[in-house]
Amino acid sequence: MSHDTGRTRSARAEGRFSLGERLSPRTSFLLRRLGRLAASVCVVVLASFFLIHLVPGDPVRAALGPSASPELVAATQASLGLDKPILQQFVDYLGGLLTGDLGTSIQSHRPVAQTIAERFPATLLLAVAAFAVAIAGALPIGLGMAISSRGGRRRGLDAALSSLLGVLIAIPGFLLAVGFIALFSVQLGLLPAAGWGTIRSGILPVLALALGPMAYLARIVQVEMITVLGTTYMTTARAKRLPSRLVYFRHALPNIVTATLTVGGLILSGLTAATVLVETVFAIPGLGTTMVAAVSTKDYPMVQGVVLVYALIVLGVNLVVDLILITIDPRSSITEG
Amino acid sequence: MNALEVDGLVVRYGRDTVVSDVSLAVPQGRTLGLVGESGSGKTSVANAVVGLVRPAGGDIRVGGETVLARGRAAVRAQRKVQLVFQDPFSALDPRMTIGASIAEATRATGRRWSRQEKVERVRALLAQVHIDPERAGELPGAFSGGQRQRITIARALAGEPTVLIADEVTSALDVSVQGAVLNLLRELQAQLGLSILFISHNLAVVRYISDEVCVMRHGRVVEMGETEGLLAAPADPYTRELLEAVPVLGRRMTFEE
Amino acid sequence: MATTKHSRLRSPAGIAATLGAIALLLISVFASFIWGDAAGQTSVTDRLAPSSWDAPFGTDQLGRDVFARVMVATQLSMMLTLGATAISVVGGLILGLIATVLPRHPRRLVTGLIDILLAFPWLLLVLFFSVIWGASAMGAMLAIGFAGVPSLARLVYNLASSVSGRDFVRAARVVGVGPFGILARHVMPNIAGPLLVNTAATASVTLLSFAGLSFLGLGVQAPEYDWGRLLQEGILRIYVNPMSAIGPGLAIVIAGLIFTLASEALAIGSGEGVRATRALAAASVTGRRRAVDRGPAVPLQQTDASSDTIAEVRGLRVAFPDGEGGTVERVHGVDLTIAPGEVVGIVGESGSGKSLTAMALAGLLESPAEVQVTRHHFDGIDMSSTLSREEQSRLGVELAMVFQDPLTSLNPALTVGRQLTEVPEVHLGMNSRDSRERASAALASVHIPEPGRRLRQYPHEFSGGMRQRAMIAMGLTARPRLLIADEPTTALDVTVQRQVISVLKEAQRATGAAIVFISHDIALVSAICDRVVVMNGGEVVEVVSAERIREEATHPYTRALIACLPDMTSDRSVPLPTIGTTNITLPEEVVQ
Repeated sequence: MSHDTGRTRSARAEGRFSLGERLSPRTSFLLRRLGRLAASVCVVVLASFFLIHLVPGDPVRAALGPSASPELVAATQASLGLDKPILQQFVDYLGGLLTGDLGTSIQSHRPVAQTIAERFPATLLLAVAAFAVAIAGALPIGLGMAISSRGGRRRGLDAALSSLLGVLIAIPGFLLAVGFIALFSVQLGLLPAAGWGTIRSGILPVLALALGPMAYLARIVQVEMITVLGTTYMTTARAKRLPSRLVYFRHALPNIVTATLTVGGLILSGLTAATVLVETVFAIPGLGTTMVAAVSTKDYPMVQGVVLVYALIVLGVNLVVDLILITIDPRSSITEG
Repeated sequence: MNALEVDGLVVRYGRDTVVSDVSLAVPQGRTLGLVGESGSGKTSVANAVVGLVRPAGGDIRVGGETVLARGRAAVRAQRKVQLVFQDPFSALDPRMTIGASIAEATRATGRRWSRQEKVERVRALLAQVHIDPERAGELPGAFSGGQRQRITIARALAGEPTVLIADEVTSALDVSVQGAVLNLLRELQAQLGLSILFISHNLAVVRYISDEVCVMRHGRVVEMGETEGLLAAPADPYTRELLEAVPVLGRRMTFEE
Repeated sequence: MATTKHSRLRSPAGIAATLGAIALLLISVFASFIWGDAAGQTSVTDRLAPSSWDAPFGTDQLGRDVFARVMVATQLSMMLTLGATAISVVGGLILGLIATVLPRHPRRLVTGLIDILLAFPWLLLVLFFSVIWGASAMGAMLAIGFAGVPSLARLVYNLASSVSGRDFVRAARVVGVGPFGILARHVMPNIAGPLLVNTAATASVTLLSFAGLSFLGLGVQAPEYDWGRLLQEGILRIYVNPMSAIGPGLAIVIAGLIFTLASEALAIGSGEGVRATRALAAASVTGRRRAVDRGPAVPLQQTDASSDTIAEVRGLRVAFPDGEGGTVERVHGVDLTIAPGEVVGIVGESGSGKSLTAMALAGLLESPAEVQVTRHHFDGIDMSSTLSREEQSRLGVELAMVFQDPLTSLNPALTVGRQLTEVPEVHLGMNSRDSRERASAALASVHIPEPGRRLRQYPHEFSGGMRQRAMIAMGLTARPRLLIADEPTTALDVTVQRQVISVLKEAQRATGAAIVFISHDIALVSAICDRVVVMNGGEVVEVVSAERIREEATHPYTRALIACLPDMTSDRSVPLPTIGTTNITLPEEVVQ
């Protein structure tokens, strides 16, 4: 960008402040994000409603199998409301959502909402614990690597650590889980290979989930930190001969928060999805195993419910990240779209 | 006769009016210098004249023909104006040989060119801006900033323009290179009878190259007139302020307290 | 940045990726001929055998050789991966390019929809689609392929819009090239490189998604098998034979790494153009000198805090690694002495080493820059030794800097007040109230109105000229004895430049500090300095008095710089002299 446009833009931004005739950037950012959230919720609800209608052929026949009697199929269709006009179905679906009714499972005949409520805590705990481990590991590793290798120092160590991170990023959690079971459960007999409910049984699933995202986040933190350390304002801080504690923590750290949080949000929503695989490996009774079982048995009301819950979790995470960004980033700069 | 006439031009970006009621004219074969600071709207005038921005009001005429109407005549008139950009590093496609970039610009003439004609034209244009024609097959990365700026001038000439708009063409260049580019523009003007709209924030450069000067501020024309006369006796306080701010070699800058 | 000078395929990542890709291809094609029988042959006596020489991964419950099955599964795994990647890339390309050429409002709609889809993890989209298309190999391929479309569409759109905003695209529009011509001739060639890099990365993710989906039982169905399916079968027997699970897992990881390596190798390759240009530029400025031998450090003479110099550097050399094991020297032995209260200008063109000299004078050059001096002191402090805490403090108080780009020289995450109270708090030991008052007074002295309110603001709420004045104020919060200003007004308009310089001179009068003013503009430097130091190619060519520069400059380079600069008195009827017309050598571009 040439200086000219840079100057014009900052002058314009300033005009906006002093005139006060328009929304502050912070408010307009919040409004844009809330608008997007509303649109996303609409897309999600529509998608989960139409899921059952997008399946080629007759979903009920597919779910009950070729041996089911035509009477049973018709009865099930009626109980799902599939015989009503589509608009009526949608209105009923929305009404159900508002009252917390997600329908009834074709297979177990239990309310979907009840099953989800039982299975949800395990998934939530797994994802949040893995996220905490990932953050706790990524920050010191990323910052340490950026600071220690500044200006091409300690090149060997830096390269070795980078390769290790690269490999960790490339191995998905469920494969790591398989390796962990083979090593810690089968060979060493240290930790259980399956189950849920004790701290010991949680260690392997959490580590398997956390290591990849941790490596990824560490790399983001490292890259961001290196960029920040190379900026002119860091030279300004060094020119003031401040103690390194202030240079790094007061001047550098706040400038990587936005990127770290944004990526952190993506990682947390990614983790929620990755639990599906890791739960299956460790046979953990969570949303993921429920989802897989429902997809395999073509239990469409259950699939609809679980997909909706996953999607809403993701949107919730995004909203929280945006709210945090608005509170802490002075610019809420974030000029996008 | 005027090669380019801008009449009551208004340019808006969204709700911001960046050019309001600007009128100016570039006489045939002469150079009009357009001076202003950032945000004065001078680049928006250039964008409107070459058709990159649709004006919200006013008229633009090239050789007497309006470019804002629909139809072939307007398009033809529009293509008679070509633009040279500020940043020589962004103005050339890094993946396209300089010869191909220049050849592409021949389509602005509105005639069909055979392959052979294009090759010859590219060689002639490169020679005209003092670049070795044998280098037509090289990518822009192989050239320095000053050379690239001459290549973009060659590309602008490939459209056989009657009016050339030079938008801050020397501000990204070192002083030593700046002189060569300014000399080239004057030389081309003499050879081809070009009319030039020379846009710059540098008053000394504008004074050197322009026959007439137009001063802009906040999207409006502040003052306009023949170069020597205007700069010797500026009527507007803003023009005086600009003149005072230009540093002069070996003369101490003074400040009123 | 990577430092290889070889072509992209010869980098270590490139070699590994190429070999890996060849191996994958060969195994895909020939595995069924070599291992086909072993993979299909059931044997009751050999069931559930542990790993052995004959069967490295053991056998399954029908007695089939798992290693053979992993090899044979390569073909299906690869074909599904490539198929899904192709769907993602083609879909992303179409959607992204369509979004680029659409008018504003429909474009917003499309990009908004892409962004909404992007918010969801890929795996969630895959699961959603696989419900629709069913649990089969084809269904999984479609599901994974379509799930990858949004991220590639966004990538294509971002790349294409950044290219569309460049001047060369505007130039093409001015000569009359239409939107599709621009896409084909200018946008596509320029986004092809990054797109290829991301295609390889996408292939890696796709492969892993397939493994996951088949592992969940939602992908390839028996009797067909891919790596994910083998993994699913293997994990059931993990207590009997761990290798039956680890084997397919290894295959997945290795193939995934090959795609990742390919992506990295391609990324390094596309940076090559930039590197080559930079190397060229460096070489044209100075001759390349490999492994500069560093003589023994000259022992410093007794430091004299004499009153006639505030800062001095002698024999300053600055070198950078050239990325190929040697170094390129950019400053070749510069001597510079600054007297207290003196205003010294350093003038030169880009690459003259003027900024490096100033940064070295302030002791702010860091690795990878290699700095050598024979003598370097500032107000009695020996800058070439390791500084004590007190000496650091004195530097913080007595030496102030102003940089070129006002947009980046203040920390965007901290209030102006925070940044202006630091030096008084840290080095002068003031409490927060006193330092705030001091900061407020400093802002007032550079003519920023309402300093109290301004201190609570962030830098982005200041205009460019105000930020430069705030930088000067930052120096005034201490007791500056030297202020180094590196092109402080280059990014500013002339009228704003005048205001900033006026403030700078005022500050100098008020504090008696010396100023080093760096600029490319010889007229400006001569108009505000006492002494002008002219630099070219990393050397000082001449030092002249500013007021008599026109008469006293004798070096041909200085004379040429003066001659080729048009000013308000230049003769408009004759061509400007250019530096090439004088008898000194310069970069070839000048010579015409």
